[in-house]
Amino acid sequence: MKRQFDSDLDGLRALILRMGSLCEEMIHYAVKVVIERDESYLGDVQTWENEVNRLHIEIDEVALRLIALHQPAAGDLRLLAAAIKINSDLERIGDQAVNIGETGVFLCKEPKIKLGDIPRMVEVAAGMLKDALDAFSRGDVALAREVIKRDDEEDRLKSQTFNELVHLMQRDASAIQRGMDIILIARNLERVADHATNIAEDVVFMVLGKDIRHGGDRAGAAS
Amino acid sequence: MTAALAAVRAGITRRRRLDLAFAAVGVCALALGLLTLGALLWDLGADGAGRLSWDFLTSFPSRHAEKAGILSAWVGTALVMLVTACAAVPLGVGAGVYLEEYAPKNRFTELIEVNIANLAGVPSVVYGLMALGLFVYRFGFGQSVLTAGLTLALLILPIVITATREAIRAIPGHLREAAFALGATRWETTRDHVVPYSLGGILTGVIIGLSRAIGESAPLVTIGALAFIAFLPPAPVKAAAPFLSFEWLMSPFTVLPIQMFNWVSRPQAPFHLNAAGAGLVLLTMTLAMNGAAIWLRYRFRKRIKW
Amino acid sequence: MVESAVAEPTPMSAPTAPTPASAPAEEKPALKAEARALTFRYGAHAAVKGVSLAVYEKKVTALIGPSGCGKTTFLRCFNRMHDLYPGNSYEGAINLYPDGINIIGPGVDPIEIRMRIGMVFQKPNPFPKSIYENVAYGLRVRGVTDRSVIEERVEKALRGAALWDEVKDRLDSLAFNLSGGQQQRLCMARALSTEPEMLLFDEPTSALEPIATARIEELMAELKQRVTILVVTHNMQQAARVSDTTAFMYMGELVECGPTRDMFTNPKEKRTEDYITGRFG
Repeated sequence: MKRQFDSDLDGLRALILRMGSLCEEMIHYAVKVVIERDESYLGDVQTWENEVNRLHIEIDEVALRLIALHQPAAGDLRLLAAAIKINSDLERIGDQAVNIGETGVFLCKEPKIKLGDIPRMVEVAAGMLKDALDAFSRGDVALAREVIKRDDEEDRLKSQTFNELVHLMQRDASAIQRGMDIILIARNLERVADHATNIAEDVVFMVLGKDIRHGGDRAGAAS
Repeated sequence: MTAALAAVRAGITRRRRLDLAFAAVGVCALALGLLTLGALLWDLGADGAGRLSWDFLTSFPSRHAEKAGILSAWVGTALVMLVTACAAVPLGVGAGVYLEEYAPKNRFTELIEVNIANLAGVPSVVYGLMALGLFVYRFGFGQSVLTAGLTLALLILPIVITATREAIRAIPGHLREAAFALGATRWETTRDHVVPYSLGGILTGVIIGLSRAIGESAPLVTIGALAFIAFLPPAPVKAAAPFLSFEWLMSPFTVLPIQMFNWVSRPQAPFHLNAAGAGLVLLTMTLAMNGAAIWLRYRFRKRIKW
Repeated sequence: MVESAVAEPTPMSAPTAPTPASAPAEEKPALKAEARALTFRYGAHAAVKGVSLAVYEKKVTALIGPSGCGKTTFLRCFNRMHDLYPGNSYEGAINLYPDGINIIGPGVDPIEIRMRIGMVFQKPNPFPKSIYENVAYGLRVRGVTDRSVIEERVEKALRGAALWDEVKDRLDSLAFNLSGGQQQRLCMARALSTEPEMLLFDEPTSALEPIATARIEELMAELKQRVTILVVTHNMQQAARVSDTTAFMYMGELVECGPTRDMFTNPKEKRTEDYITGRFG
């Protein structure tokens, strides 16, 4: 029996997915500022940021209203709890994207510098975000668990980038400013991956009722 | 005004007229009944009121109409009613309680129920005949107050049983369940809850039965109540030990209906007036009992609500 | 000036590392009653089919399920109320602890069971007597005649039902003059007067308004410290609020039973989830 409540939940899900796809675009374009050294992409990123912030508020309002009015239990309750948390993670991802874009604008004004593993990091982080959102949309626990595993690689790439750039900055003092900016961008991307990991953990909780944060997923790790 | 609305209004007017017509018919029917009753009472009063006096109430019957009184008759009525009540109440209430609370619901019980209803329709004369054979001769009670009381008790037993059962059925099941849930036995539930709560209905039934019995003459004639009794049954209280006497139970007696019948069948007109006077007294006694029933029902209804 | 070395503080034993993230071992609660493959038939029709359920001591166990699922029928087996009506039969067992007797066993006296296990009904049903007499009846049935003992126990029961302050000045007035919520609390006091080991509640608040309902629920939370409680309710939020264990029944069978917090956040059976989220029922 399809309830009005089910339609409301579908609506909430749609809002989250819309916010998620906006964040994906923001990362994509923010990175373009850095890689293509083109400031103009930042404008779009900032426009989308406004929309993301608006959705951030709307999703929390909708979720809270549904909880107050319907006293949800079991799966519905877990969906709403997950929605509120994913909302928060997506908003932070948006902030990270804006930071990347703004740092990229500084870099545009400076001479070019080697980007190192940044492109690879973008691939991994964007991939994790996309798959985490797909997992949310379909309730796919296996995909979510797989996303969580990729976080290790992103951390590794970040350390690698860090080390590379430290060496570069040690050899060439004029490159320190740019080197720091690249390190910050690497940091932003690593944070995006962390947030995507959180989203994936929330998906597992939503579907299975199991809280796998902080090493609580022995079953998943074994598979 | 649209045509549709006009049609509706016409229809309503017609329907209202039917409404009023029925109300009018009802009032006529009621008036007819009340007027007839009123006429009867008026007639009785016109004839008998003049005879009512202290002497009338305290004199024995006599061959002279002016000196005749109803002392033996109303005392007899009162005593017979006493015996009737003492016999009918325990038997009737006990049977009613047993049938409602204890008897299993099977074919046999249904048979008993049907027959109780049948008994209520048996002509009272038949009770008299049965009493003659059983109480007067076989048990040897003779033509006495005791026989009369027992006969009338049997007569009104179905009324008392049915009233008891109806009163008990009116008690909601959840009250019984509440008592049982506290660990009460069936007897405790019956004694502490079922019977107390149904007392109003039971009493009403008892008094309706007594009202019926007070006017019965056929069975009493059959068992041999006499019409010319110039003495009272022995007093129930004695001066010497054991202070209580039951001799009055075995004494011959008469009752008001029989006295009335006796006077009415005489050709002299003054006796007819006596009969009317006795009728008024009988009517008063009946109304008093009914009034007591209504008052008691009201008292019990106030305390019991569910 | 060189400060003399501060005396070493008495070495404390090194604080033990906090135990890793597993819940502290909960004491396994004692069993008060246990239904084992209980089947109950009205004539030929089985209203309860093979239900096995553990009822823990001094905890509230709630029975939920759609209308006609057999939860009230199941509840009334515990105090043999079905014995009052002909044509019923039991199969299986309901064991009452600590003595281990089978409540529905043939040799067991239902009167004795009803004196140990009390019941509060769906519609408040005080006797048409005074408040005092209502609460005292259970004691009278037990043969208590000492007036002072009865008065003391009546007061204790009325306090236990949070009704004493409201009625202490009018114990002799009729119970019917109380409001619906007060009447229901009076029925609870009546059941409590005999200090039962277990209380059965049959949808106790379904006829009451929200504030009266809330008070009864508070009472249940307090009473469970002294009495084991088994409650049937069609109000799921009530079950979530008051109970420690929830059992979901459907069509005479027990579908799922577990700690309330698990049943309402993550039930194992789909039927349970569908019922709890309102998809049917």
